[in-house]
Amino acid sequence: MRVYTTARTAFRALRRNPMRAMLTTLGIVIGVGAVIAMMEIGAGASAALKKTIASMGANVLVIRPGTASSGGVSFGAGSTTTLTPEDSQAILRECPSVRNAAPMVRARTQVVYGNRNWVPNAIYGTTPAYLDVQDWSILAEGEPFTDRDVLNGNRVCILGQSLVRELFEGVSPVGREIRIKNITFKVIGVLTPKGANMMGFDQDDVVLAPWTTIKYRVTGASLATSNQSSTAATDSVNTLSNLYPTAQRSLYPERSSVQQANNPMPVRFANIDQIMAAANSSAEIAMAIDQIGGVLRERHRIRGEEPDDFNIRDMAELTKTLSTTTALMTNLLLAVAMISLVVGGVGIMNIMLVSVTERTREIGLRMAVGARGRDILRQFLVEAVVLCLTGGAMGIVLGHGGSLLVQVLLKWPVETSPAAIATAVLVSAGVGIIFGFYPAWKASRLDPIEALRYE
Amino acid sequence: MDLITLRSIEKTYQMGDISVPVLKGISLSIRQGELVALTGSSGSGKSTLMNILGCLDHPTAGEYWLDGQEVSKLSADERALLRNRKLGFVFQSFNLLARTSAIENVAMPLSYSAENLSERQARERAAEMLVRVGLADRLEHHPSQLSGGQQQRVAIARALINRPPVLFADEPTGNLDSRTSEEVLQMFERLNTEDGITIIMVTHDPKVAGHAKRMIRMDDGVILDDAAPAGTSSKTPGDAP
Repeated sequence: MRVYTTARTAFRALRRNPMRAMLTTLGIVIGVGAVIAMMEIGAGASAALKKTIASMGANVLVIRPGTASSGGVSFGAGSTTTLTPEDSQAILRECPSVRNAAPMVRARTQVVYGNRNWVPNAIYGTTPAYLDVQDWSILAEGEPFTDRDVLNGNRVCILGQSLVRELFEGVSPVGREIRIKNITFKVIGVLTPKGANMMGFDQDDVVLAPWTTIKYRVTGASLATSNQSSTAATDSVNTLSNLYPTAQRSLYPERSSVQQANNPMPVRFANIDQIMAAANSSAEIAMAIDQIGGVLRERHRIRGEEPDDFNIRDMAELTKTLSTTTALMTNLLLAVAMISLVVGGVGIMNIMLVSVTERTREIGLRMAVGARGRDILRQFLVEAVVLCLTGGAMGIVLGHGGSLLVQVLLKWPVETSPAAIATAVLVSAGVGIIFGFYPAWKASRLDPIEALRYE
Repeated sequence: MDLITLRSIEKTYQMGDISVPVLKGISLSIRQGELVALTGSSGSGKSTLMNILGCLDHPTAGEYWLDGQEVSKLSADERALLRNRKLGFVFQSFNLLARTSAIENVAMPLSYSAENLSERQARERAAEMLVRVGLADRLEHHPSQLSGGQQQRVAIARALINRPPVLFADEPTGNLDSRTSEEVLQMFERLNTEDGITIIMVTHDPKVAGHAKRMIRMDDGVILDDAAPAGTSSKTPGDAP
């Protein structure tokens, strides 16, 4: 009741001088409007920036097999052969923080088209998920290969821009056939240019094909010899492997008959070189690493105290850039917002001070008829808050309209942010209280006799 | 019983190092239902005495009993409450809120009262008061649409809205012509006789003071004399021809 009466009194007092009330509010309207527009445009820019950095692979995790060692001799990362395409499927299935995962096998060999040849940086055998993981789904031309192609081991491939330049001299390669190690591949798509990555590696110098095709047709049995160390590591017993380097080696260490009886292990058909997984967002990277670790340890039957037989790497540098950039943008926007709101608040304070002076007699009269200091304080405070809230509401409409206009006319990315609107309302009420307090306090301290005599 | 009793009230203003005594020991008592005029030349201390009587200011020394309560030592908030409940004020310049209807002007003090009337009750009470001062057809008029006399009557209605026992009028006719002055003074007399409201007027106009039943003349911070005005047109209703 009391609050309602005060609010009504404040509204009446403001209605008595609508022009002044409007001009006072203008500062807050512009302040809040600027904040909202700034926040929305800024959030859009920030989101676009995040997307750009994310497309560089900030959310990507690389899972590689661990180190094999024999007799105290380590054979380097990637030398164990326990990572399988099924691991990749399991990661996708069982890790909620992982958006997508793609198994990968690598080859590096000559690619031939007509009378031209070229050795690309990498020939990747993978699944269509790779394009999603790398944020590369939109092709410049043609279509990506499908999961069916992967299942069937079809001889289809997608070329990077550098290959198109080197082999086809800019002519569209879609529908043509290239040869990789004497196996013909039909080119069904061309990747969009991506340029070099942060290490200077030309990401366009790449051929993508189903991993089954690369694994079984291109690298095939030769994989065993491509990495001598792994042969030595796992085949230490088989001394004949040196005599027949192309022979398929056994993928697993020898197990005792008891072990085999207790825990029969299904035959694995393939090991892969790495799995690329994309986390849902940069914030979920740590969670995704945990989840993937758990899934792989379970699948590889690694006991509690034993070390992992795989490594998970994230793009720490990119992630750091991402979070730094985001924080910078947020702080910048906040600073601008604060300045405009402070300016608006000072405007309110100014007008309220003028208003207190102008209404000295009214204050004196109210005191004479029984208003206490705190009644006057409350009345002026409520007036300031009402002004600020009204201004805030108008500012929200204005700012939102402005940002929509920017979106429509300038085609800038804009993101509506309910948080910004809520903040603006709270802050404008806060500005009303903070900057309305001094004039209200001054009014409440007036001597009724002096105030009544004031001309 | 005395409604107001002053015992050797003193008021001294401090102007830097110099203390200026304005009231030098005022003692007087006013009974319920009196119509008192407080007169004196400018600088005689009548306004200061009025402020103290109206609980807008507190004396430097002395006792002030209002309605059986010692009020000279009350805090500002307690005095505000007292003014709201027991005192009404009418000013020379009306002091109505501009761009606010008569009825809202009259209802204004109710928002500071402890009674917590609803909006409707407050308006009813305000309308009743305006009818009593003869402005039944001017409820929604703004001060700028009212004549000086009407404005002063709105101010009187406002002063009476909380049904105070005492009404203070500071030069109530100072801004009015002689005809409307007469109207306002007659209203004071009516309120005094019919409703028994104690009225204390400050004026320097002997004609206005003549309407009072008792005249207190002040000079230089002391009471010069305190008596029924001599040779006046109207004293008490009973004396009227």
